[in-house]
Amino acid sequence: MFSGLDFEAACGEALAVVGPNGSGKTSLLRLIAGLLVPAGGSIGLEGGEAELTLPEQSHYLGHRDALKPALSVAENLSFWRDFLGGATGNVSECLTAVGLGHATYLPAAFLSAGQRRRLSIARLLVVRRPVWLLDEPTSALDTAGQKLFVGVMREHLASGGIIVAATHTPLGIEARELRMGGGK
Amino acid sequence: MTALAALIRRDIKIALRVGGGALIGVLFFLTVTVLMPFAIGPDLPLLARLGPAILWLGALLASLLTLDRLFTADHEDGSLDVIVMGRTPLELACAAKALAHWLAAGVPLIAATPVLGLLLNLDAAATSAVALTMLVGTPALTFTGMIGAALAVTLHRGGLLLAVLVLPLSIPVLIFGVAASQAAITGPLSFGTPFSILCALSLVSFVVGPFAAAASLRHGLD
Repeated sequence: MFSGLDFEAACGEALAVVGPNGSGKTSLLRLIAGLLVPAGGSIGLEGGEAELTLPEQSHYLGHRDALKPALSVAENLSFWRDFLGGATGNVSECLTAVGLGHATYLPAAFLSAGQRRRLSIARLLVVRRPVWLLDEPTSALDTAGQKLFVGVMREHLASGGIIVAATHTPLGIEARELRMGGGK
Repeated sequence: MTALAALIRRDIKIALRVGGGALIGVLFFLTVTVLMPFAIGPDLPLLARLGPAILWLGALLASLLTLDRLFTADHEDGSLDVIVMGRTPLELACAAKALAHWLAAGVPLIAATPVLGLLLNLDAAATSAVALTMLVGTPALTFTGMIGAALAVTLHRGGLLLAVLVLPLSIPVLIFGVAASQAAITGPLSFGTPFSILCALSLVSFVVGPFAAAASLRHGLD
């Protein structure tokens, strides 16, 4: 799909992966997340926790929200907190932070697309991971939601995190650009 | 441990809620067994002789019915990606999911067996023998079926494939399950021999199932 790609991102730095549709942005993120196996080359994290792999120290926010419609908003989030483990936060605080504090006990089936996205952003907050891999993170978010998400990303970068985001729209934060595409 | 407990709790909750599908299996089991006496006729000795086989077949097909959603549901909503990336070994996560499926869909089948045994003219001893063989045999159905369920993720719309792949693997369980029940009811074989083989099949599936399913999922994600 693509070759000759060489890039790095440092602590507190955001990398915006841009390029036309089909240029391999999502595939690149899934490679970093360990969900695809590279045909060649290597991906690594320097200075992370030694006994954990890069995917185990990353959050992946894909096109799909990883939510169960039958469970309530709080149940969805508590499940991911308990399953992902590591350093975790408070479920209700994270829900309030993404503006879903009023919907705690609502089944996720009743959420709108934007609210579902907010709930999956809450997953990034409730469990701490140094690397965030975001695939079109702001799609379906309203302006207020986008503003909120910019704040969330800034906070993550300020605490020394790394963000790699595939995006068509400007992220709203200072980010180095990695341009993909043109079939190469 | 919390991670696995959370996964089991979530899967059981989803299965028991509206649209979850835990009850579909029991309902199917009920339908098949209730209809059988009508098809065979009121020949009580014949019903008693066929009873264990009918119950076992019903349970086998009922557990297949809900198994194909084991991983595809998680794949479709993106949960599987996050589970694969998690710090819990994928093999353990697969085993936890299978255990949750058995608790939500397999245990109700065993609980329904005594009631359905009445319809097939099985006395108390025969019914408890069938229920006991199902208690040790149905986990084997779930844990071998899990391999097919993981393959169904790789091959989209693999529902039919699941049946074709999993049924041959379930045949030994069916043979020894029914053989042990028959041995308990009519003899002349001792109950212990087929029953121990049934236990062995379950234990083998506990080991093979999670590893095969995890390997299939790792290579199958796209």
